[in-house]
Amino acid sequence: MTTKMMGAKVQRVEDDRLVRGTGRYVDDVAPDALHAAVLRSPHAHARIVSIDVDAVLDVEGVHAVWTHEDLEGAMAEPLPLLIPHPTLTHGRTQYALAKDEVNHVGEAIAFVVADDRYVAEDALARIVVEYELLPAVVGIEAARTATHLVHDDVPGNVAARMEQSNGDAAAAIAAAPHTLSLDLKIERSACMPMEGRGTVARWDPDQNRLQVWTSTQTSTGVRAAVAAKLGLDLGQVDVITPDVGGGFGVKIVHPWPEELLVPLAAQRLGRAVKFTEDRREHFISSAHERAQMHHVEVGFDDEGRVLGLDVRFWHDHGAYTPYGLIVPIITSTQLLGPYKPGAYHVQFDSLYTNTVIVTPYRGAGRPQGCFVMERTMDAIAAELGKDRADVRAVNFIQPDEFPYDQGLIFQDGRELKYDSGDYPAMLAKIKELVDWDHFEDFRAAKAAEGKRVGLGLACYVEGTGVGPYEGAHVHIETSGKVKVATGLTSQGQGHQTAFAQIVADELGVRFEDVEITTGDTRRMPYAVGTFASRAAVMSGSAIHLAAKRTKEKALRIAADALEADVDDLEIVDGVVSVKGTDSSIPLGTVAVLSNPLRYAFDEASKAATQFNVGDPTKPPVAEDDEPGLEGKDFYSPPRSTFASGMHAVIVETDVETAEIRILKYAVVHDCGHLINPMIVEGQIHGGVAQGVGGALYERMAYDESGQLLNASFMDFLMPYVTEVPASIEIDHLETPSPLNPLGIKGAGEAGVIPGSAAFAAAIEDAERLPITAMPISPSELFALRATHAPHAQESK
Amino acid sequence: MTEQTHEIRLSVNGVEHEAAVPARRLLSDALRHDLGLTGTHVGCEHGVCGACTVLVDGQPMRSCLMFAVSAAGHEITTVEGLARPDGELGPVQQAFRECHGLQCGFCTPGFLTTITAGIAENPDPTEDEARDMVAGNLCRCTGYQNIVKAVCRAAEIARESEAVR
Repeated sequence: MTTKMMGAKVQRVEDDRLVRGTGRYVDDVAPDALHAAVLRSPHAHARIVSIDVDAVLDVEGVHAVWTHEDLEGAMAEPLPLLIPHPTLTHGRTQYALAKDEVNHVGEAIAFVVADDRYVAEDALARIVVEYELLPAVVGIEAARTATHLVHDDVPGNVAARMEQSNGDAAAAIAAAPHTLSLDLKIERSACMPMEGRGTVARWDPDQNRLQVWTSTQTSTGVRAAVAAKLGLDLGQVDVITPDVGGGFGVKIVHPWPEELLVPLAAQRLGRAVKFTEDRREHFISSAHERAQMHHVEVGFDDEGRVLGLDVRFWHDHGAYTPYGLIVPIITSTQLLGPYKPGAYHVQFDSLYTNTVIVTPYRGAGRPQGCFVMERTMDAIAAELGKDRADVRAVNFIQPDEFPYDQGLIFQDGRELKYDSGDYPAMLAKIKELVDWDHFEDFRAAKAAEGKRVGLGLACYVEGTGVGPYEGAHVHIETSGKVKVATGLTSQGQGHQTAFAQIVADELGVRFEDVEITTGDTRRMPYAVGTFASRAAVMSGSAIHLAAKRTKEKALRIAADALEADVDDLEIVDGVVSVKGTDSSIPLGTVAVLSNPLRYAFDEASKAATQFNVGDPTKPPVAEDDEPGLEGKDFYSPPRSTFASGMHAVIVETDVETAEIRILKYAVVHDCGHLINPMIVEGQIHGGVAQGVGGALYERMAYDESGQLLNASFMDFLMPYVTEVPASIEIDHLETPSPLNPLGIKGAGEAGVIPGSAAFAAAIEDAERLPITAMPISPSELFALRATHAPHAQESK
Repeated sequence: MTEQTHEIRLSVNGVEHEAAVPARRLLSDALRHDLGLTGTHVGCEHGVCGACTVLVDGQPMRSCLMFAVSAAGHEITTVEGLARPDGELGPVQQAFRECHGLQCGFCTPGFLTTITAGIAENPDPTEDEARDMVAGNLCRCTGYQNIVKAVCRAAEIARESEAVR
């Protein structure tokens, strides 16, 4: 019997090509392509008075230079607002090339196509743009003050004000025995995949078709956008997502200006055209996230039970709103985590600033929400003099309360209703993993050495596997090999491995015989994309269902061929046999039989002639059947499935220098049934590292004029191996989701969510002074010590 | 105006290549676009991320900080040259696969070349030494946990292979 693959630490099939350097990333395809480069605004806010491109025409090797004036029809209109919302009353999007005005440093103004990137950049340097500078709005305070406006027609810089409640929070707070208020802040960071954005397109005049390769998190989305903008039929556009060098959210945004301009150039020039973003461009012309300010009012009882919670926050979404309100909606709903406040009210303003757009970055608004809620829990514990874990415990939703309805609407427009979880068990695990109950002994021992340590805990719940759907197509070839296609894309999650595990189990075929294709619209034109920790849940389930259909057909044909009952058959290692007998038929032969061909091409078709299938009184392909051993199915869940986790961290804060060292990092994670624990743990490791970056190092240093001062890896401090914990202790809890056939929940984003919350708690615990803004650098901590000198003295 | 080019011979993974390149052409671009060796990846083009690291006469170098013309006459090894002569994965490649030392794979070639040079110099690194060995390369996916493990495992595989010889 074949070993069960689901739940096994199977090595990845992707790795062979990737470690040999034979993977195919977008910049690796079409070596004959012309190269594009983009002139970007050097100013945060300006009117474009004139653009002179005449000097470019003298540069040898330049094939095209375009500004907004060269665009026509839909290409000349603003880019789509992908996710409208009724409260997004003042949504604005940019043009593929700026028209009249630029609203952030890095906004695309002109597009050049040349023999190579060097020549294209030479050409850019010759374009003369005359600007009339306008005052820049930088940062949440400036946006709120609204002395200046980003868009003239958006009063107060407010794109949206949204409110949700469950119960009467104000009344509950007013009646509560204890109340507190907190003001909190998180700065900008960004996804920073090692591979930036990139697009290649080739127009085939013989077939009147466009082929686009792009480094995206949604092939089908790009396909629809390109077709709409270029005025092509959907059937004329193929989008292929090759190997992608990381996404983390930024590549779900589409279409980027270059994703339209490159295909247009390929069509107009009749040549393959390529755009490969450089690192500075990625900093100033892709997307950021995280920046928010929060005001919290909370009322609670003597046990720390939250009776009423009222959160008001301000979200900096940058210059435009192509991705709608997804990030702040997630913050406002997922803030609640594993807790059940008596009443909750939240209101946010989504604000324009003259900075890079804000769209989901791994965690997508949850790190901020988690920070707000967990800071509140810690504040309650401090106020009551109670153990921080105990205060959390009294607020938990209990295992017998699922499904638990938080009484809010989630980002997908569906109820925020948690499907399953066991938060008390999880808390017990994390306390054990970090030795919570003996931490005071550890603190005392360290204090005796003159060292200052602190322990932080943060809990979160993550809505994963959001709809609307994903699909899968399974095809068993006459060789017995199984070819599977699902439409969403991969950017390092090991889908080719995890999905093949699911197929091997369901079909009873060898793992090695399964080949998974993702993100190719030629193979699966209906798909949504890879975001919101949804790939395993959505495509995993769809693949499971499609494999099941294929298996049913295989068994039906095999039963006919073997003159046996379907219930007596089993499939092992790709061979269907009548249980307990020698009677068998390989799946490849079943595939031959499934297709009543007139011609024999190969040994497989010859071998099939020994079997008789079908009813000779009926047509060769019955009315309710199709030729071929294939199965297709779609998975569309009623709502998201809710994963959860808790992180604990022990830090040492240097008494002299205020440097922050990580002594221990522990994670308990519940994503339901695990498909491949090795891959899940890898996801957690990566998330934790990004959490460390967001908590201690990464920020976007904009000056008041809107220049991004640290737009390079020299100055934007992404963690190296030297900044991450030496080890990450991980324990799993598996409460299966009742919403999908495999009982799985998403795992992709989880690791990053509680980072800032956990570090803030640990630093606060070490320093005995309130930590209300993240990230925090040693110099900021040093300054905080100075302003809280009495407390600092006490803790010494 | 036509850009002046220079005829150079580049020895990459033991194979001699001829190319005509402008003086400003980066080694990373020459490898990828002139020679078609796209295994070397470009992550920042300012020498910080290490994705483009190749070995020049056995020493790790950032190919985005070097001109192709200045690589002429040196032995260059890229990720495509790290497999064993029989085509099986080399020790570092094998270790990365075994230890799940990669996710998206974009930074991986730079790690593989760096570690290849590192374990040649220090065949039995401690965990701290393994960390030091990769402390100049950025990875956004893995959190480095399994990369450090892969360094130690690669050294082990290399020592075993050496012993077999």
